[in-house]
Amino acid sequence: MLIRKAADLTYVDVTPKQVYLNRRRFLEAMGIVGATAIAGRRLFELAAPSETALAASKFSGLLKSPFSTTEKENSYQDVTHYNNFYEFGTGKEDPAKNAQKFDTSNWMVSVEGDVSKPRKFSMDEILKIAPLEERVYRHRCVEAWSIVVPWIGFSFSNLVNLVEPTQKATFVAFHSYYDSRQMPQGKWAGIEFPYVEGLRLDEAMNPLTLLGVGMYGESLPNQDGAPVRMVIPWKYGFKSIKSLVKIKFQSKMPPTTWNLAAPNEYGFYSNVNPNVDHPRWSQARERRLGEIFKRATLMFNGYGDQVASLYAGMDLKKYY
Amino acid sequence: MRALLTNKWTKAAVFVVCLMPLGALVWRGFNHGLGANPVEFIQLAAGDWTLRFLVITLSVTPFRKLLNLPDLIRFRRMLGLFAFSYLSIHFLTYLLLDQSFDFAAISKDVAKRPFITVGFLGFLLLLPMAITSTAGWIRRLGGRRWQMIHRGIYLAAICGVIHYYWKVKSDVRMPLFYGALVAILLLWRLRDWFFKRRSMAGAKLSPQHAPANPPSRLIF
Repeated sequence: MLIRKAADLTYVDVTPKQVYLNRRRFLEAMGIVGATAIAGRRLFELAAPSETALAASKFSGLLKSPFSTTEKENSYQDVTHYNNFYEFGTGKEDPAKNAQKFDTSNWMVSVEGDVSKPRKFSMDEILKIAPLEERVYRHRCVEAWSIVVPWIGFSFSNLVNLVEPTQKATFVAFHSYYDSRQMPQGKWAGIEFPYVEGLRLDEAMNPLTLLGVGMYGESLPNQDGAPVRMVIPWKYGFKSIKSLVKIKFQSKMPPTTWNLAAPNEYGFYSNVNPNVDHPRWSQARERRLGEIFKRATLMFNGYGDQVASLYAGMDLKKYY
Repeated sequence: MRALLTNKWTKAAVFVVCLMPLGALVWRGFNHGLGANPVEFIQLAAGDWTLRFLVITLSVTPFRKLLNLPDLIRFRRMLGLFAFSYLSIHFLTYLLLDQSFDFAAISKDVAKRPFITVGFLGFLLLLPMAITSTAGWIRRLGGRRWQMIHRGIYLAAICGVIHYYWKVKSDVRMPLFYGALVAILLLWRLRDWFFKRRSMAGAKLSPQHAPANPPSRLIF
């Protein structure tokens, strides 16, 4: 019998791989690995602050907003592990898994089109456009689920005023970042990328329309649209474009991704409206994450006082 | 192999294996493993397992014939009933948790939305199959009528695939995968039926070529 020297032995000899993998899975299920991962991330930040500064920088001195709801916020875990970001996969937990290495350093947002002062903004410049506020908004997905999220950002109108749109500008087009190497799951999404969205200029100027840079007191996690995104709380979630790289002011109504994919199902406006059903399912009710039974969906997601006047006289069944 | 397939403990083991997806859901339920939307998680998992068990049930006959293992038939009823059980969970979460047993809203939903209509049709096809799955019902109905009811699984599987395909927003990979499996299993039957008819027609013309084992009509 051959007696091996200690140097030959590795951990694999001590514990069969299957056993320690199972144990890891078990611990993961118990949340222990999750807790240590968070602790580990904090340590890692201390060790290499420049690398991860963007990934978890805390905001301080946030202003409170009169637009905030007093409804119970959803947990950070739920909001970061149940969402759609099709570039990173179509499953609800895919973005959390696949966006971890998404590189958002040296981010630039280009503002162009019918404006007097076209320019590119770095993230540092964006953060200085206006004082940051915390806004707790209801967020209603077209799939009939909803969440309450404490976003951080400022009214998009602050940026608009800086670039001075010309008389011609009546619409704003938005483009998401897309890179098939960083987002390999995107090719299975069944929709075209880069993701594009748009608003009428008066919608974009409404004070509720938020340029979001964070949530839960921190910068945006990758899977929720880091480093900068739109948040339009009276419209279905897919209007709130993530990981924004281009904003273009124009006179023509811009194309929008879901409208291109299924024009009879997703309109340009896509205001939350319990009276206009999606062709395949009802929009009258929604499931708030954390609740078992569905609750009634509110017209304009409960923001009618602020936005109903934008659509005065319009047939919202026709302009869905 | 025959001894293994006819052993009563094998059947018990298969039964336990078929219960495992349900067990996994219960385990996840007690360990915060159902994600942010537990109702949806259970509903989709039960729907997935309905389709999987329909495919497995439909595979029994081709495997029996291709592998020459007639005893596989002993598992078919149980597999079909598991398909129906997972479908019942799927359907109940819809009735209770999505619609709160509001039958006016449910009938409107079923009538108005094609993907609900076709899913409901699949349920209506499988329900009488589940009820008449006992030996007593085969006797009462007679083989021919019983078999007519139980051919409903072909249509039910197609309904299930269409239901899934119409439900997803844009990523149709999984519905197409199940669609391909169901298509293969149904086309195999069509081919089998076609050859059987031809060989039977041949047998009428020249009795010396009659198949040694006339195919049983009951267990198709």
